[in-house]
Amino acid sequence: MEIRLNGKPREVTEGISIRRLLEELELHSMRVAVQVNMDIVKRDRYEEVLLQPGDTVEILTMMAGG
Amino acid sequence: MRGGNTLKFGGREFRSRLIVGTGKYPDYPTMQKALEASGTEIVTVAVRRVNLDRKQESLLDYIDLKKYTLLPNTAGCYTAEEACTYARLAREVGMSDMVKLEVIGNQQTLFPDNEELLKATKILVKDGFTVLPYTNDDPVMAKKLEDAGAAVVMPLGAPIGSGLGIRNPHNILIILQAAQVPVIVDAGVGTASDAAIAMELGCDGVLMNTGIAGAKDPVKMAEAMRKAVDAGRLAYLAGRIPKKMYATASTTMEGMIE
Repeated sequence: MEIRLNGKPREVTEGISIRRLLEELELHSMRVAVQVNMDIVKRDRYEEVLLQPGDTVEILTMMAGG
Repeated sequence: MRGGNTLKFGGREFRSRLIVGTGKYPDYPTMQKALEASGTEIVTVAVRRVNLDRKQESLLDYIDLKKYTLLPNTAGCYTAEEACTYARLAREVGMSDMVKLEVIGNQQTLFPDNEELLKATKILVKDGFTVLPYTNDDPVMAKKLEDAGAAVVMPLGAPIGSGLGIRNPHNILIILQAAQVPVIVDAGVGTASDAAIAMELGCDGVLMNTGIAGAKDPVKMAEAMRKAVDAGRLAYLAGRIPKKMYATASTTMEGMIE
């Protein structure tokens, strides 16, 4: 199925969990925040939140800034 | 809380009165050395999309969290709603419940949108954040932000990244006279004397990024800023002499040959 990930279309496994997505992207050990369809998903829900086709997912982290 | 030997806000206490940004350095090792030379204990960071196309160096590899407190910003946000989202994302990343709140009103000047800023301050204070709002040098606005629960107020010295120094020291003084919370000059510092002027006025701290990161030698400038902030603070505490129109001799006339 296709989702929109950080502004680009991306093919992922049907019904993938956020936790599994982060693992596939090798981001699981990184400090990130995840937003699905504009809502922030708390870390303790990464396992239970399953993505739907067409979901808009944002994965954010800390960057340099002033 | 103002006064004393340390900078206190949000239940935290810092010996350094200099807050330094992590953006715009030539590279991370230079940033790391500059932060060290500045003596800062608080560094600002941003929240942005993870780069999925290539592995990138992690900023955190260059910031010792035992030494520095992270202060996430909401740079690039133009509405209260957007700024609140970024503050919450920063908290979720695990950075901090502190936020350097920026709500920009104009792309060219990067001046704050005070109406949205006040709105966002109220929302985030209610949500348990320690809010450090970046505002203009308006004493009325500074008071409103303090009344809304801001932990400090951060008037700009001049536009972000301009290096124009403290454009309106008189307004900063008026803000200082009324403020019960620390006043930190945020933005506009171009060189060491600008930082010293802010501190001589009685400000509780100075926040800067471009002034250090954009200097030819950021590490040297970071050291200069540390010394300027210390010197300015010391001069403020020492109490300067009044300015006078005419000369007053430093050497007595007494004992001269008649």
